[in-house]
This record gives sequence, C-alpha cells and structure tokens, in this order.
Amino acid sequence: MTLSPPDSEAGSKVSEAAVSLKGFSFQYQAHPAVRDLSLEVQNGIIHGLIGPDGAGKTTVMRSICTLLDVAEGSVSVFGLEVNKHRTEIRSRLGYMPQRFSLYQDLTVEENLRFFARLFGIPEQEYARRRETLYSFSRLGPFQNRRAKALSGGMKQKLALSCALVHAPELLVLDEPTFGVDPVSRMEFWDILHDLKKQGSTILVSTAYMDEAEKCDHVTLLHKGRILLDGDPARILKNWTTNIYSLGSDAPRELARFLASQPEVLSSQFFGADLHITAKEEIGATKFRSWQAQCPSLRKWEKIPAGMEDIFLELMENDQDR
Amino acid sequence: MIRTVDLTKRFGSFTAVDKLNLEIGRGEIFGFLGANGAGKTTTIRILCGLTRPTSGRAEVAGLDLARRSEQVKRSIGYMSQRFALYEDLKLRENLVFYGGLYRLGPQTSLNKAKPYLERFAMERYTDELVREIPPGYKQRLALICALTHDPPVVFLDEPTSGVDPQARREFWSVISDLAASGKTVIVSTHYMEEAEYCHRVLIMRDGISAAQGSPAELKAAHGVGSMQELFLLLASGE
Repeated sequence: MTLSPPDSEAGSKVSEAAVSLKGFSFQYQAHPAVRDLSLEVQNGIIHGLIGPDGAGKTTVMRSICTLLDVAEGSVSVFGLEVNKHRTEIRSRLGYMPQRFSLYQDLTVEENLRFFARLFGIPEQEYARRRETLYSFSRLGPFQNRRAKALSGGMKQKLALSCALVHAPELLVLDEPTFGVDPVSRMEFWDILHDLKKQGSTILVSTAYMDEAEKCDHVTLLHKGRILLDGDPARILKNWTTNIYSLGSDAPRELARFLASQPEVLSSQFFGADLHITAKEEIGATKFRSWQAQCPSLRKWEKIPAGMEDIFLELMENDQDR
Repeated sequence: MIRTVDLTKRFGSFTAVDKLNLEIGRGEIFGFLGANGAGKTTTIRILCGLTRPTSGRAEVAGLDLARRSEQVKRSIGYMSQRFALYEDLKLRENLVFYGGLYRLGPQTSLNKAKPYLERFAMERYTDELVREIPPGYKQRLALICALTHDPPVVFLDEPTSGVDPQARREFWSVISDLAASGKTVIVSTHYMEEAEYCHRVLIMRDGISAAQGSPAELKAAHGVGSMQELFLLLASGE
C-alpha cells in the first residue's frame, strides 16, 4: 500500500502544471512581498524555493494554499483559480507551515486523528493511512507521546504526516527541516523522494543549500522576484564564475588579506575553508605569491560551484539587499 | 568562565544530561553539537540558571550556580531556540524592553543595538511589529536582544536555524568579534560547517559527552575529513 493520491477526475489534464502563478503581486501593508511573479510547478517533481529571509517564499506558498486574497495577477492550483475554488484545492493539497504547527498537548495519534477528521476521512480509511504514515515516519512507538515531548526531528515528521493524512496530490512544505539535526534531515529527504516516487508533487522551501541541490527544479526568489530558475544540476554545471577552495590555519586573517587582492571578487567562509570567486582563472604562480605574503594559506583547489556559492554570489551582486 | 562537575539532569526516569564535565575559558567559542534530544538545550538552560541540575555542580562567570543564580543571570546573554520576543511590540520596543530588563535606559538600548541593526541590514524593520517581520529577521533581533547589555558570557541556542546563508555568515562574524573582545560564547548548531568556526566543540549523545576538543583535533583523532562525517560517526545514537 502506498501514499499515492487517488486518481482525481476533476481537472486532470495530465500535461497541466500542478501550480501556475501569472503576474502575481502581493503586499503586506506598506511592504511589497511579491512583485509580478510568474512561476510554474510541474507535476510529479520536487520543486525547491530558496532565497534570503524576507524574499517572499512564504507569501508564494500561502497564496498557493488559498490563504491569501489574490487581487493582482492569478494563482491557480490543479488548473483551478485559488480565489474561486478554495475548498476543492484545499482538499487536494497538504500544507506544512513554517515553524511548528501541531497541537502540543495532543499525542502523536491524536494529532493525526484531528487532521483526518478535519478532512472528513472515514475511520477505517484513517486506520489504514495511519499505519502507512507510521511505517515511513517510524513514529509508531511514540504514538501515545504528547507532541511537545517529541524531539525536533520527530515533530517535523509528525507535522509532515499530518499534512499527508488526506493523501494530497500536492504537498507544500515551508522550511520543513528547520531545527532538525543532520541525520534526521537526511531521513526527511529520503521520505520526500519516496513520496515523489509514489506520484506526489512537492513544493518545498529551505535555508539549506544542500537540500536545494536535491530538488528537481529550484527557484531563487529575491525581493519578491525570480533571480534564478531551473534544474539545479544544470545551473551548477553551467555556472561560469571561477571558484577556488582555500585552506588556511587562520581563515579570517586570510580573508582580510584577500580582500585587498584585485583578482578576488569575493571570499566566503565554508567551514574550515574559504571559497573565493574570480573572473579570470588564478594560476599556481599567483597562489604561491599570495602564500609568500600570507603564510597561513596552506592549499588551494579549483572547485565546481555549489548552490551555496551561487546563492552568495547573487546576493553579493545585489548590494543593498 | 564556565566549569561543570558531573552535571546531571533527570526528568523522571529519563536522564537528559548525564555527568557532564566542561571547562570553557574566556574568549572561547564553544560549540554544542548533537542530535535532536541529545541534551544540548537542557545543558544550556541549566547553565543559564533556568532549571536546576538534579546533581553535580556548575560555575558560570566565576559564580556558583546553586547559590548565586540571580547574579549569573545578570552576567549572561541568552538567545533561546524559541523566540522570547514580543510579537505585538515593535522591533524597537522589544529592544527597549530587553535593555530595560538589564537596567539600560531606552536610548542606551537603542544605541547599543544600532551597529547590529546596520550589520544585519534591518533598520527598515525598526518600526514594524515583530509578528510582521520574516522569521529570519526575528532570529537576528533575538540575537541582538541577547547582546545589548554587554554580557561576558553569551549562550546562543541554534541561533542560525532557518537563517539564510548570507545572514548565517554575518551571525558568525558577530560571534567571532564577541570572542575576540574577550566574551565567552556557547553556541549550538545543526550546521556542521559552522562547527568548524568554534574553537572547541562538545558532541553530545543521549546526555553524555561523546567527544570534546577542537574540530581539527577531533577530525584527526577519528580519521574523518569533515565535521559532518564526525557527527554521523559519533552523534547518531542508533
């Protein structure tokens, strides 16, 4: 038995995108959150939404979940306008909002049951789905534990389970791995890939760039606009900036030294290493002359761009953020 | 600046922190790593004087926690994992409120906060209600609120969770400046590349210390190339 959505008869033109935004703008009081945005989420893929804090990611997600009044432009889900078909859209999508959204005083099982009732799932059907959800989340042994007593990773798995209880075709997950440890984060993404294999479409936002690289398609939002959009593997492959990873015993000192070097466009800390970007290739002679001036420089290596390099480069080029 | 001897905390039959021994010096950036539920937050809450240990001793800023926890609270800054901000107050009002808790006047609080607001490019939110600002910016504000009274010891519990990559680097630049000015910073994180920015780290597993040392020492001792690998090796209890 799987979690795949039941075949829906209404509006299932197979080729149609799961989500389509056209010229969508939205503002909260004085602040524009999203400006003239057009975006499609294709069926059956994991589509990542990234961008700096305040870029408009949550606004896009809330509009798709029919939680905003769309006045400018249009937002449609399963080919249906969000303003006109709230009930139908909501019954076919699962939403996991940013930060913890569960009932802390209810147990794991009670939270699941609550969401099942909300969607009018018959008791027998619920009992079946619950077992499936327990088998992938491994929350079964904790079913009588109150939500507030769960660890961070377990809470996020429970919130995901609650968003899945009505077998939605589309999942909208707003920073689902917030505060989740590295091991649980890998497990969480394994679950997302399993759901995709079973036919779900997933729109997910994240502050982790390694997660962005695991998506089939990624959209980088900045100031309510799209700065980058496409298949992450292709974006990474075609990135033209030269990037070097430098090792140093005193990375902050090295960073200060490099700031005065004209060849270096920017430098960023990546754990124990420093990544620098450059327009031109930097040869071994240059590195050796740097090493003579700044002996803490131990090693250098040209590396392919990662999504985090690209993110930082694009933000760097936008001075006033 | 911080010393614990066999620090232990039990909740009923569950041991959250089990005979933990720590020594953290002045000007040190000390990282707490571990899986969700390993005991990092409980340890931080004990050291902040928010919960009493079941047994064992702790000193913070040279003060015995058991007897002088009120003085300890005045010597520390604490950024908790859950926002302790007032959602119905403006950003500016939160700063004044938190400064006031440490007897700073409104203008002093704002003056102390100003360089940080500039650093995080968030002056535009000063007159916004906190509930209206994006979560990543609430996180920046919570950090600033923990720092305006200039405490010698700062506890940051997952300060960069849910913060974008550029701002995370700014957080660490602030942390590094704090340490360079002689402050002691205890910080927990789930970003293993951030663990590299710590002078020393503690890896917790099921309440015990699974490893302690500098990132370079620990990687060498366990023959791994990154803190991520070290974490997978030592921190997962299963």
